[in-house]
Amino acid sequence: MARIDLVDLAHSYGGNDAAPESFALKPVTMTWRQGGAYALLGPSGCGKTTLLNLISGIVTPSRGKILFDGADITPLSTQKRNIAQVFQFPVIYDTMTVGQNLAFPLQNRGVPKAEVEARVRQIADLLDLTFYLDRKATRLTADAKQKISLGRGLVRSDVAAVLFDEPLTVIDPELKWQLRSKLKALHRELDLTMIYVTHDQTEALTFADTVVVMHDGRVVQSGTPAELFDKPAHTFVGYFIGSPGMNIVPAVVSGHEARIDGHIIGLHRNYGVLPAGAKIEVGVRPEFVNIAAPASGLLSATIERIDDLGRARFARVRVGDAKFAARVPPGFSVPDNMVGLVFDPAHVHVYADSRLVEGVA
Amino acid sequence: MDKTINQKAWFLVLPVFAVVAFSAILPLMTVVNYSMQDTFGNNQFFWNGVGWFKELLDPSTDLGGRFLASLGRNLLFSAIILSIEVPLGIVVALSMPREGWSVAVCLVILALPLLIPWNVVGTIWQIFGRPDIGLLGYTLNSLGFDYNYVSNEFDAWATVIVMDVWHWTSLVALLCYAGLKSIPDAYYQAAQIDGASRWAVFKAIQLPKMNRVLLIAVLLRFMDSFMIYTEPFVVTGGGPGNSTTFVSIELVKIALGQFDLGKAAALSLVYNLIILIVCWVFYTVMTNAGAECPAKQGGA
Repeated sequence: MARIDLVDLAHSYGGNDAAPESFALKPVTMTWRQGGAYALLGPSGCGKTTLLNLISGIVTPSRGKILFDGADITPLSTQKRNIAQVFQFPVIYDTMTVGQNLAFPLQNRGVPKAEVEARVRQIADLLDLTFYLDRKATRLTADAKQKISLGRGLVRSDVAAVLFDEPLTVIDPELKWQLRSKLKALHRELDLTMIYVTHDQTEALTFADTVVVMHDGRVVQSGTPAELFDKPAHTFVGYFIGSPGMNIVPAVVSGHEARIDGHIIGLHRNYGVLPAGAKIEVGVRPEFVNIAAPASGLLSATIERIDDLGRARFARVRVGDAKFAARVPPGFSVPDNMVGLVFDPAHVHVYADSRLVEGVA
Repeated sequence: MDKTINQKAWFLVLPVFAVVAFSAILPLMTVVNYSMQDTFGNNQFFWNGVGWFKELLDPSTDLGGRFLASLGRNLLFSAIILSIEVPLGIVVALSMPREGWSVAVCLVILALPLLIPWNVVGTIWQIFGRPDIGLLGYTLNSLGFDYNYVSNEFDAWATVIVMDVWHWTSLVALLCYAGLKSIPDAYYQAAQIDGASRWAVFKAIQLPKMNRVLLIAVLLRFMDSFMIYTEPFVVTGGGPGNSTTFVSIELVKIALGQFDLGKAAALSLVYNLIILIVCWVFYTVMTNAGAECPAKQGGA
């Protein structure tokens, strides 16, 4: 039970003298509040597992500090940090029963026997493992084993945080849903701080109240799923979250107008002074671009193909060199080649060198 | 689908069959033949039926007494060296570095004794232990220990055992090290997070994961020590008295010393049978141990 602060935390596997750009985790300062459900989201190799291992103490940071409730715990070993972690692949103590596996972290810390038993029962109940308590853990299936690993992570009530490192990788898709909602329920029930690492946006967005998106060793945005969707702070967030991802196209922006391929689009806000020399782009989610019959005043585009996702149809179109995904309104019959694009100005964002520029209303 | 019958395959099997026949089956049948007969000079053979086998199992006869006594010594020897080499091998494997240049150095040093031929090992220790010129023997005697493997039974045993431990602990250590290396890092990390002590890590992770290689190590060491011949023969020649005469040494004495081919053949058949049975028991135990943990989940 603790608030976790990261202060200028950075890590390089090549040591502190390595070039700043080669750091696996570039300096980050942020706060994780007690009882929150966080997801660390990013592609493979973006530094999310490094960040997790720094918090749990498996890796010692090259720079910076980690505070639990204000106390610096950076030099402490994993054992002394009071952290639980669940790994990508199930870790099972072969010779023990399921019950003994769950009790192991408590016994090692000298928790009284009665308390151990009660807690093991409670966790086994929550994870539907009660039936297996007296069985040898080795004979179970991969999902059951991973449930045991999850259980060992959750069994201690006093931990500062429970860290999950892509824990559902080995689980079948249908069980994934169940386990994910189970974790969500456990989070509510146990009041533990949970940090969940994943490269799967659905997993991150359904599990967490706050999603931290990482890219190339940096935290690019941290916010609620809605914030990430509506207002990506970085083009990477726009493109990584959402399916299909955000349309990001080069544009010339001045005042209330953006010029794409010679065509002018209205903007909701006023962008007076943009950083000189920066690469200016506009980003708009496919959900906020509709295709329509070609008309004057609309940006015209060439249809390349239509993706039918079931709940919605998206048209892949081309404007000059830029590619767009745009929503096909229900019931709209798509013409053969040329269409017009209708933008929702409130959802068109401007990016300078990949970072969001806040316009003036 | 029609099965094509291709008799040419026999030509591929035939050479193997011929080699096995000449190298294994025919010699074995010869031994079986000898074991039923008594030999005298001039290639005279007399039918003796199962006489030698009866004598072998009867401690009151000369043959039976010698066989059972040497068998007992052999079993005691195997038990002692197993109970030393297995724990020692585990300890050595655990204290080896997990990565870095020192791994290669350790591996080479460990492998050295394994590369030395048996009779050279025997010669090394025979000289090493001599009270007059051997480093070990001389040092022990000048420290006041009355150490002499030629005249003292206990010293002879101690020398043979220490020699075997020196020669073969590396094998156990290398096998265990391989077993330890195959444990994914996540296990150690999980154990750290679960607050496990060093002992708990050993008991809950390392030992169970070494289970299979340990079975192989025990099997190999048992078979080898049960058939041991060269090293003790070179060092003690089976003495003092008969105190370090193991079954194989006894066998050679009977077959080549006394030229009692019938007795020797019977003894070697029984000896062989014991080894086969032990092998089979170990094999069964190992496959059962394997069946207990089916389908290892691939953790990478």
